Amino acid sequence: MSAVLRLENITKRFGSLVANDSVSLSLARGEVLALLGENGAGKTTLMNILFGHYVADEGHVEVEGEALPPGAPHAAIAAGIGMVHQHFTLADNLTVLDNVVLGTESLWRPWQSRAAARSRLDAMSSEYGLTVDPDARVGDLSVGERQRVEILKALYRDARILIMDEPTAVLTPQETEGLFDTLRRLVERGLSIIFISHKLNEILAICDRVMVLRRGKIVHEMPTEGADRHILAEAMVGHAVTRPKADPMAPGDAVLSIRDVSLRSATGGVGLNAVNLQVRAHEVLGIAGVSGNGQVQLAELISGLSRPDEGSLTLFGETLTHPTPAKVVKLGVGRIPEDRHAEGVIGEMSIWENMISEDLRASPISRHGLIDHSAAKARTEAQIERFDVRCPGPDAETRLLSGGNMQKLILARALSREPGLVLANQPARGLDEGAIAYVHGQLLAARERGAGVLLITEDLEELLALSDRVAVIYHGRVSATMDAKTVSPRELGLMMAGHNPQTGPQGPDNAGAAA
Amino acid sequence: MDILEILLTTGFWAATLRIATPLIFGTLGELICERAGVLNLGIEGIMTMGAMAGWMWVYQGGDLWGGVAFAAFIGMMFGLLHSGFTVYLGLSQHVTGIGITLLASSLSYFVFRMLLPDATTPPKIEPFQPYAIPLLSDLPVIGPSVFTQTPMTYLALICVAVIWYGLNRTPVGLAVRMAGENPLAVEAQGIDVLAVRTGAVMVGSALMSVGGAFLTMSAFDAFYFGMVNGRGWICVALVIFASWRPGKALLGALLFAGIDALQVRVQQVSGGAAIPYQFFLMAPYVLSILAMVVMARRAAYPKALLAPFRRGDRA
Repeated sequence: MSAVLRLENITKRFGSLVANDSVSLSLARGEVLALLGENGAGKTTLMNILFGHYVADEGHVEVEGEALPPGAPHAAIAAGIGMVHQHFTLADNLTVLDNVVLGTESLWRPWQSRAAARSRLDAMSSEYGLTVDPDARVGDLSVGERQRVEILKALYRDARILIMDEPTAVLTPQETEGLFDTLRRLVERGLSIIFISHKLNEILAICDRVMVLRRGKIVHEMPTEGADRHILAEAMVGHAVTRPKADPMAPGDAVLSIRDVSLRSATGGVGLNAVNLQVRAHEVLGIAGVSGNGQVQLAELISGLSRPDEGSLTLFGETLTHPTPAKVVKLGVGRIPEDRHAEGVIGEMSIWENMISEDLRASPISRHGLIDHSAAKARTEAQIERFDVRCPGPDAETRLLSGGNMQKLILARALSREPGLVLANQPARGLDEGAIAYVHGQLLAARERGAGVLLITEDLEELLALSDRVAVIYHGRVSATMDAKTVSPRELGLMMAGHNPQTGPQGPDNAGAAA
Repeated sequence: MDILEILLTTGFWAATLRIATPLIFGTLGELICERAGVLNLGIEGIMTMGAMAGWMWVYQGGDLWGGVAFAAFIGMMFGLLHSGFTVYLGLSQHVTGIGITLLASSLSYFVFRMLLPDATTPPKIEPFQPYAIPLLSDLPVIGPSVFTQTPMTYLALICVAVIWYGLNRTPVGLAVRMAGENPLAVEAQGIDVLAVRTGAVMVGSALMSVGGAFLTMSAFDAFYFGMVNGRGWICVALVIFASWRPGKALLGALLFAGIDALQVRVQQVSGGAAIPYQFFLMAPYVLSILAMVVMARRAAYPKALLAPFRRGDRA
């Protein structure tokens, strides 16, 4: 096998951070190479250098033996490199065809050959099994369809080397299978693929060879044949990490009951439709679903940010007619929001200000309407200690914390009040293995203490490891709950895509029954 | 004479089209900038500059169309300045735009005074004359109104069609629209986002400048201080009214101009007795605020408007 691509001693620094430290790799024709590593290990940076989004400080890239000029995506495209970005580079307000043909014609030509482009795109769609309507607005497509558009974009430019940056992060298990079929078909036609991921089972399923990046360096390289999860996990993290598992416990009284709740979304998207669910003390109820199916609305409802149009919300036996965030917190709900940066903390304010932000009106933080700074900082220091938040001190700016430490701050704020209900929305998203194990451990500790936990997540592995019962949210409807010990990921995946496992495919109006 | 009768006079329609012309140029110019993701609040100053530059070219002995081209060129240079700050350096588009307006307005008064230090009454040029299009100008009502205008008004109408075609039917137009929606998508297809945005801002600014030049070379024959009088700001509002579409921009400009032409005539008829004339002067602005409230609620902004694009930034 000859190398189609070679990266030599690539080094890239961002300020004092070394994102890539003298990384070399080569890719053979028809090979699927996995680039494995935790968030922040430097995988995406390396690929952005390869594609010309960034310029490396040192090192160079060769395609088919020819050096690639640095920092020039058009040169990378011309050399046959196609990149499917993790955050899709598509314009939502334009059509699929517009997104695909951009850049394929000379900018100074006074007309577009849309008919020719359309027939070429149609031919490629059917050849590779990537069905998508060329005239659809990208914003109206599902995430899986958008990914197909991204792949088609690369193929339309005659890519021979395809970079897939965390392609399965947003897909259901079935969509992932479909993607793998496509990738296998591409490899049969002689394409080479670099597959970036931190999901071990996927790498073992699709890749020929795996390179492990840690803190910007290649620390391990091996064929996937003969490799197993434990070797890869340890190579990725640097030491053995085991995620905690839930011990069986007898559930207590209901802490949260939602009965027949419907609400319209303020932004015109998915709302909630006749949702019924109950969380009891000493149990974790997991809600699975592809993002955008009503998880935001469900979390807002329980956080007191919205009011049901119909139905009732009962917390600890008290039915709330006019829920507000303050009331909900006071009753004993600890909230771990979906987006740490946007909703969890105020990045420009200090750690202590964020830490006490739910206690502003309570003694001892507030005295005669003024904040007692020494009490606030003392409390913050105690929390930093207890929850192991690695930071320079309570006065440091919160945005400077790493994702894992920011999440620990949020956990400290939510859990130190010993809430009776913990609302955890995507609590481990974007964290590395060590931090995930910590977050999971804290959630299970809260359950042991007697709290009920509502866990909303897209990660089925996380869902099944922590939950006692699970349900699926799809188009604003929540399915009947199932026992986490007996349900299979495949079943959940089908339900997340809108199928009812008993009766076959269903539309959004009748998917899922009431609990 | 009531309002209906006014609406049927050729004078009203001719005035509407005349008042609309600088707004059409300005709105199209702003629209192109914003479609590429750059708000250009330099418009008010660039129109003032265009008004001075085009007029001065002719006053110094140049040809009328040469004056239009010169105004367009000067507008482009200010567009280049604006994109230097906002596109290449990624500075605040609001602050830079207002700075450009202050700079361009002051500079045009300064240059005017420098070149004509002794003028007490504003000197005049021989402006564009109305040109009756053969055959079409013989039509009743619309003949003497729509088809008996100065050439710059015809140019404005042609620009609406050309820009619609350019944005929606050419590769470069697609790149401009994409740069305003998701610049990373443009870069990922191998096109230089900064060049696309700069080009769009320069072309847009040229149109704004020509809109200003219409005032001194077609509507009037002299350059006065403060003669642009907020038209640039109206154009910024009209872009939102038009939901960033050239056809609707034409409609918005005509609507605003129509109300303006109407209020002058109603003022004359009402004799100024019952209602103070200031209320009539206010009417177009009040109505455009109302129209904005209705239209802007469902406007779909270009998603990357106001967002600077920096190459090699960490996402």
